[in-house]
Amino acid sequence: MALSKKIKELKEKREKLLLGGGEQAVEKQKAMGKRTARERILALLDKDSFNEYDMFVEHDARDFDMDKKTLPSDGVIIGSGTIYNAPVAIFAQDFTVAGGSLGLMHSRKITKIMDHALKMRMPLIGINDSGGARIQEGVNSLAGYGEIFFRNTISSGVIPQISVILGPCAGGAVYSPALTDFVFVVDNISKMFITGPEVIKTVLGEEISMEELGGARIHSEITGNAHFFAASEEECFEQIKKLITFIPWNNERKARPFDPGEPDPAYIIDKIVPDDPTLPYDVRDVIRAIIDKSDFFEIMENYARNIVIGFGRMNGKTTGFVANQPLEMAGVLDVDSSDKAARFIRYCNAFNIPIITLVDLPGYMPGIDQEHAGVIRHGAKVLYAYSEATVPKITVILRKAYGGGYIAMASRHLRADFVFAWPTAEIAVMGPEGAANIIFRKEILSSGDPDGTRKQKVEEYKEKFANPYVAASRGYVDAVIEPAETRKFLLHSINVSENKSIQMPYKKHGLPPF
Amino acid sequence: MKQFDNLGVLRLNTGYYSTRLNSRFTGRKPYKTEDHRMVLSFIPGTIKDIIAKPGQMVNRGDDLIILDAMKMQNRIKSKMDGKVKKILVSKGDKVSKGMVLLEIE
Repeated sequence: MALSKKIKELKEKREKLLLGGGEQAVEKQKAMGKRTARERILALLDKDSFNEYDMFVEHDARDFDMDKKTLPSDGVIIGSGTIYNAPVAIFAQDFTVAGGSLGLMHSRKITKIMDHALKMRMPLIGINDSGGARIQEGVNSLAGYGEIFFRNTISSGVIPQISVILGPCAGGAVYSPALTDFVFVVDNISKMFITGPEVIKTVLGEEISMEELGGARIHSEITGNAHFFAASEEECFEQIKKLITFIPWNNERKARPFDPGEPDPAYIIDKIVPDDPTLPYDVRDVIRAIIDKSDFFEIMENYARNIVIGFGRMNGKTTGFVANQPLEMAGVLDVDSSDKAARFIRYCNAFNIPIITLVDLPGYMPGIDQEHAGVIRHGAKVLYAYSEATVPKITVILRKAYGGGYIAMASRHLRADFVFAWPTAEIAVMGPEGAANIIFRKEILSSGDPDGTRKQKVEEYKEKFANPYVAASRGYVDAVIEPAETRKFLLHSINVSENKSIQMPYKKHGLPPF
Repeated sequence: MKQFDNLGVLRLNTGYYSTRLNSRFTGRKPYKTEDHRMVLSFIPGTIKDIIAKPGQMVNRGDDLIILDAMKMQNRIKSKMDGKVKKILVSKGDKVSKGMVLLEIE
């Protein structure tokens, strides 16, 4: 055969495979507001950067007449490309081919690209759109999932792993996304659950729709399984691209610096935080007043809103922000906000991203539900994550820092490298009311006017202790700074921390209170 | 200063805070101490067998009813010492979650 003929043959073979599950199945996919697997990859990666591998892979299942069926590319597309010139490995399940079901060869394609990503130390993106295990392939299909979960775990903290849920992802399949760093969901398209509505109805008699059980909103607002919520696939891809600009390619690198810039002057830092510690403000405005171009990339925006996490840049360098949010539940630490913060702190630590913590919280959330939900165990995760983190840790105390909350929020005692406080900071063993009531109990009770005495004693206590100077006098705070000086102090701190190096004692791994 | 909508008041031991309240907080259920006299089905299922007899003395930990659910024959045990006052279900009944199956006094 002449070369030209062979090339023609290759082209024909490719064209056939590029049709995926065929016109009808593609039409069905589009009718659901979904793109096909290859369209998604092309939309996400830099133009002309995608190299597809294993296009010709076929399944070799024999039972249940499977030997008579051909499944193009076995229902999953793999390859590598770039996003803003960062290398990424990618797989996308093709729902148009046997519902994107996972059989042995399908899983081998996924694990092949996972191995490749780990070996090349580059980020991995997985697009999930699958009806689940290919039942005809039996236990081989389970083996496939297990091999994926194992690789997710081994790659964790070495290369960034991103999961995108663009269709159903149910049963055991959910554990791959759950083991990755960031999960992206799209309204009305993403569906994630362990057991679906039908099984729940049969065994428990409880009725619920798929959307209410495990739709995009549920996972962004209630379960905390998803980190980014988008209204459309387009918006979701923009979010992924933006995330890639903030994170390094692997754990031995730092994130690439981007164009630095001054914050938007519309955010006037002096005018954001009310002096009265019981009045709310949006702490994201403080972050925006500090970071380059006021461009804050928030993570888990709608989950446990009483704590804010996300990325910003300081003089071009990616920085992780953790901030109590007085606008939501007064910014208390509770079960969900502790989980949210702790995981993000560990992410930053794994990928060499300095952490800036903004503190303003009344403490841990009281309540029977919180105590019974294990606020002790969950709250401890924050202490653990901050203590073990060896990346630069910089803390700014804006207002309240009482009791256990003060210690937990990246205090000097958990080895913050720099602790700054605004003059409005109140660093004390507990809130002035509580402290005065305990210390001056006798005087208040024996007074002819207990309420008047109590008020007077609270004022006295506030005057003496609800300020940053007691902590500063012990060196727990390095500098009391004007709000307007915050960016200057933070930029300096990040610059001088560039080569931070500390040795931790040898251990196989620690035992955080999971 | 910015103005914010949907603000409520959160009372903590450090003061009264003007802030937004989440649904987990506003929707929290009042705590109820468990009443061991009421024996409930913890899962929907079918009554496979009733071991206890009305008027029988039972000890904490004794089997009362066998509830067939989730491919398991679940033994429903007494959480207190006492006398079986009333049995509210019969063999073969389908029961929903949280239903009172039996009363002890």
